[in-house]
Amino acid sequence: MTPFTNDELKWLGAGAILFAVAALLPLVDQGFYLSLSVNIMLYAALCTAWALFSGPTHYVSLATAAFYGLGTYTVGLGIDAMPYPLLLAIAALIGAALAGLVGAATLRISGVYFVIFTFGLAELVRQLVTWTQTKFATAIGLYVFTDLFEQHIYWMLVALTAAVFLTAFLINRSRLGFAMQIIGNDETVARHVGIDTARSKIVLFMISGAFIAVAGAIMAPRYSYIEPPSAFNPMISFLVVIMALLGGTKRLWGPLVGVIPFTILMDQVSARFPNHTMIVIGLAFLAIVYLIPNGVTGLLEQARARWKARAARMGQEKAA
Amino acid sequence: MTAALSVRAATKSFGGLVAVNEVSFDVRQGELLGLIGPNGSGKTTMLNLISGALKPTRGEIALSGERISDLPAHRIAQKGVARTFQLVRVLPSLDAEGNVMAGAVFGHMRSWGAEAHKLARALLGRVGLAGKGHMPVDAMTYIDQKRVELARALAGNPRVLLLDEWLAGLNPTELKLGIALIDDLRREGRTIIMVEHVMDAIRSLCDRCVVMNSGRKIADGDVETVLGDPEVVAAYLGDADA
Ligand SMILES: Nc1ncnc2c1ncn2[C@@H]1O[C@H](COP(=O)(O)OP(=O)(O)O)[C@@H](O)[C@H]1O
Ligand SMILES: [Mg+2]
Repeated sequence: MTPFTNDELKWLGAGAILFAVAALLPLVDQGFYLSLSVNIMLYAALCTAWALFSGPTHYVSLATAAFYGLGTYTVGLGIDAMPYPLLLAIAALIGAALAGLVGAATLRISGVYFVIFTFGLAELVRQLVTWTQTKFATAIGLYVFTDLFEQHIYWMLVALTAAVFLTAFLINRSRLGFAMQIIGNDETVARHVGIDTARSKIVLFMISGAFIAVAGAIMAPRYSYIEPPSAFNPMISFLVVIMALLGGTKRLWGPLVGVIPFTILMDQVSARFPNHTMIVIGLAFLAIVYLIPNGVTGLLEQARARWKARAARMGQEKAA
Repeated sequence: MTAALSVRAATKSFGGLVAVNEVSFDVRQGELLGLIGPNGSGKTTMLNLISGALKPTRGEIALSGERISDLPAHRIAQKGVARTFQLVRVLPSLDAEGNVMAGAVFGHMRSWGAEAHKLARALLGRVGLAGKGHMPVDAMTYIDQKRVELARALAGNPRVLLLDEWLAGLNPTELKLGIALIDDLRREGRTIIMVEHVMDAIRSLCDRCVVMNSGRKIADGDVETVLGDPEVVAAYLGDADA
């Protein structure tokens, strides 16, 4: 590994401080703000993990709910037999394995088919779980009883989000990250400089899928009663895409810029207009795709580039 | 001695069109081979078959005796085949140095980190772009983009270098510089296949020429003999662009 530059050390330090501060929240509030922050932290982890793959490849995955639900079910099925930390590890492996299979089967097809395939996959997994449960078990759902409270879930999510950020940061400065940057620019060139493009994409999808599955596993105790419609809720997949695109996927912290306001908005909407959440999601989706395809961070960067160009022009005029 | 690269009865069809038809030739170690022919005669397709961008329909291509024609493009690049593209392909979100590094990190001879940066800077200097390493490539002129692409192809220290009309579109001054640069590569003993239309460049640079017409090889030999071949003259006369 190449040594960290001063700049990188600064980013690492700032990140560590921010996560440490975020971890203090349950000491201040255990009610509304904690519960809202659990959602924010959850989507921060999900969206950053999603953007890890979808950002550089431009493949829009709607399989988030599949990975998430499998993580949740891993805990639901295993909680009476195995220690919880082990279940988190198993969830990660299951997520990575599913992503590996899907990746091997689909990453050679074009982007449009990938979207449809991943959406279909999430539904298929949900139906399979439902079918298996009605066939072999007496109840549709599973009870998850643990002694984990809201603050414990929150802390685990903070740790997970920190791990996602750290992983993404390390990947970005690695050969794999460089390969993804080249693939995002021009896949033909990528192949001709010696990059195994399919393998790089699959590896990244697996890492992303593993993190999403762990997020589901962490959230399992919060549901108490797990059933397919909530664990494999396709809404999760759509919300992740919307928030990540709203923030922008070009920067590591881009999705976060979308997650915080949108989670708060959704919280307000579902509290006040519970029957209109779908409308809000639909409108938000259209607005983002049409108005800010590169997200808020993309807008900021364009503005900065314009400002720089203007400053350069002014400098030239002054010199002339 | 086995040839650096040998092409045996390579064929590529696109539906009914046979773009490369039973073409065979060898490139010796350290040789600069000109691949010439009228527009649409199958030269780019031939390079695509060698670099693995396309799979041959039939036939075989071997690098130092080792069959590469059934490998994917990235494996062929790792084995030591590098190329430039007829329509220049730079990586717009990376600066010039990053573009060249792309060729240094994953290819035939690999480096990473400070070493790769150093190599990229040295190669940029070599192609005449010293000090422009941090320039965004989409702000560069066409010739400078071509230079970046050449430096990227050289960065993995390839065993065979494929140049697809690298000199096309340059003005007379740039052309002189470009020819000198390729001559320099030839002198250091690189094995090169150069697709080219510029006759001056072909005469001054090539050790040998292969001529294609309508997908077939119609001549193969030293430059003056080949260019005087009546069939070659006829092929070029039949093509208004040549
Ligand atoms: N990918 C492709 N699909 C279909 N036809 C192609 C393709 N690539 C090249 N061709 C055709 O093959 C023939 C040879 O093209 P090309 O190799 O580009 O010629 P050259 O480089 O000698 O000008 C042309 O008729 C061209 O239209
Ligand atoms: Mg051509």
